[in-house]
Amino acid sequence: MTAPLHDTAAAETALTDVAGPVKAIEGRSPGRIAWDRLKRDKVALAGGAIVLLLILAAIFAPVLTSLFGHPPDQFHPDQINPDLGVPKGAFGGMSWNYLLGVDPTFGRDVFSRVLYGARISLIVAFLSAAVSVSIGVLLGVAAGYFGGWIDAAISRVMDLLLAFPQLLFTIALVSVMPDSLLGLTGTGVRMAILIIVIGFFGWPYIGRIVRGQALSLREREFVEASKSLGAGSVHILLRELLPNLVAPVLVYTTLIIPTNILNEAALSFLGAGVKPPTPSWGQMLSDAVNIYQADPTYMVVPGLAIFITVLAFNLFGDGLRDALDPKGS
Amino acid sequence: MTIPQQTTAEGAEPLLKVSGLVKHFPITKGVLRRQVGAVKAVDGLDFEVMPGETLGVVGESGCGKSTMGRLITRLLEPTGGKIEFEGRDITHLGTSAMRPRRRDVQMIFQDPYSSLNPRHTVGTIVSAPFRLQKVETEHGTKKAVQDLLELVGLSPEHYNRYPHEFSGGQRQRIGIARALALKPKLVVADEPVSALDVSIQAQVVNLLDDLQSELGLTYVIIAHDLSVIRHVSDRIAVMYLGKIVEIADRESLYGKPMHPYTTALMSAVPVPDPKRRTQRKRILLTGDVPSPISPPSGCRFHTRCWKATEVCRTVEPPLIALTPAAGHRVACHHPENAPDQAPGETSATAATGGKSVESA
Ligand SMILES: Nc1ncnc2c1ncn2[C@@H]1O[C@H](COP(=O)(O)OP(=O)(O)O)[C@@H](O)[C@H]1O
Ligand code: SF4
Ligand SMILES: [Mg+2]
Repeated sequence: MTAPLHDTAAAETALTDVAGPVKAIEGRSPGRIAWDRLKRDKVALAGGAIVLLLILAAIFAPVLTSLFGHPPDQFHPDQINPDLGVPKGAFGGMSWNYLLGVDPTFGRDVFSRVLYGARISLIVAFLSAAVSVSIGVLLGVAAGYFGGWIDAAISRVMDLLLAFPQLLFTIALVSVMPDSLLGLTGTGVRMAILIIVIGFFGWPYIGRIVRGQALSLREREFVEASKSLGAGSVHILLRELLPNLVAPVLVYTTLIIPTNILNEAALSFLGAGVKPPTPSWGQMLSDAVNIYQADPTYMVVPGLAIFITVLAFNLFGDGLRDALDPKGS
Repeated sequence: MTIPQQTTAEGAEPLLKVSGLVKHFPITKGVLRRQVGAVKAVDGLDFEVMPGETLGVVGESGCGKSTMGRLITRLLEPTGGKIEFEGRDITHLGTSAMRPRRRDVQMIFQDPYSSLNPRHTVGTIVSAPFRLQKVETEHGTKKAVQDLLELVGLSPEHYNRYPHEFSGGQRQRIGIARALALKPKLVVADEPVSALDVSIQAQVVNLLDDLQSELGLTYVIIAHDLSVIRHVSDRIAVMYLGKIVEIADRESLYGKPMHPYTTALMSAVPVPDPKRRTQRKRILLTGDVPSPISPPSGCRFHTRCWKATEVCRTVEPPLIALTPAAGHRVACHHPENAPDQAPGETSATAATGGKSVESA
């Protein structure tokens, strides 16, 4: 009972130390541990690699098309069978010259159009996710931490938005929007609308998660410890709660991006996306529907692009969730 | 602990004085948040804490001990009553008025797994008091934190590590280092060891004991049974359903416990000395603590008390001194080790909730 402190502490370490070797002076941060776990998850890594490749391909689309293709808006009538209006070659006109074939009627290079379409898809998906995350984190944490009528009000708004017919609303909105807005024109306006609308209708998904987390975090004693040292609400929200929200927000962001990609494709398919001739995946699908019997390849290519992208994001997001979940092995 | 009796002698200014302290948590219903009732977690407490002493507060879980601790550290706003610290009324001070006073009153929390932010390093956690209170230290904050880590028996090298890398006992030491960083006068420890392995509990209690003499601290230590606080408390308050039912210095409480609830709590503590064990009655408290939303009338303990009579059901016994023993106060009509306060009552109506059993 009167042993020196150091001995008791050392004995305790020996008895109950489950944290591995004590020699390392630098601690393994929770982020570092998650990364080590993620590195062992081959499926998630494959998903992440595909996502990375897609992003690079979108960024370097001009370079890639100049090396392996043709400008996306260039017509190649020589590739089109003038009687049927479909590509001359088999499989949508695939060849070494036109890697993914050409589109019907105009003969534009599908490889280039898919790459440029990836740009639209990814920009819209990422920026609208950023909109969702900003609003969702702000309102979700306020609802969860402050509770009371603030929580009641924010939660009702989230319920309302989740029940809202988002697709119909967007189509209606696009049809009444002017062609130029705040200095943006054409494709710019349509993309801005897509980003704002998809982002706005997406925030309740993030908001709900963040609210639940904040609700449980605020009961933790470290919040009280901070209060007992004189910390105000702003300090507690930013320094105590937010670091604990990074992981769940990151996970749900990687899972909301593929949803946004699908939303953008659906809106483009329905004519509420970017305007032709700017290529987008949804719009290509919509064109392909009219001619799929004569030229099925033209439907398969953008369909596969959407499928692979969404799948890759989801695999990566799931892996990330497992890696960040403290209860995971 | 080994505080000379003089320090707690009459006449000295109490460090903390609590009178009539009440905390009711409202129960609301519907969208309009209409109040339909209240959890009477703390329902009228009077006690003082003298500089340098340790007051142990004991009671079953749900008796309002943590609420009491959070009230005197002003993490909660009292519903009624008064809290005076060093003679100043701090009962209703706002966040900013309270901030400078927070240096003097610190808390050690029950759950070392929840009291340390998992995303912060030990260095960040233990240096938070300096940052939040804008305290400059002579050789920089890092040095101050490393000194604190050493003080609580951890290696200064642990500075950059994260809470998950430590055992429960080590985590509690980190929490203690944080609480002591600003050299507080009063430390409220809410069940500081109840989440730890039994083998480690004594080490942490001893650490608290050593730190008290080293730094001249005053403690309010909360526990749900008497075993933990028995050795460290100068005085002990026994709480039941939001009220103090008995308060006395340690010798008096252990030598002549008066409240049936105190005797019941005591009989639950294993006695190391086998000779004494055979002489003791084992009292089994059955049933749970009644709901603090509608506490029993009269004496709140009457639903579980084996000595209860009619008067217990109707008249609330006041917390008063029944014997000449200084400062030994009890709230009971039929106390043990003291004259009966309501003679002539029959115990024929005694509740069946508690029963006393002769130990074999
Ligand atoms: N924030 C709160 N809101 C409503 N009821 C509470 C709150 N905190 C505690 N209580 C209630 O007050 C009573 C006393 O709780 P507590 O002080 O934690 O007791 P103890 O620490 O003795 O176990 C319990 O019935 C508990 O449910
Ligand atoms: S004897 Fe009566 S007053 Fe005393 S504790 Fe039992 S019920 Fe309460
Ligand atoms: Mg408690």
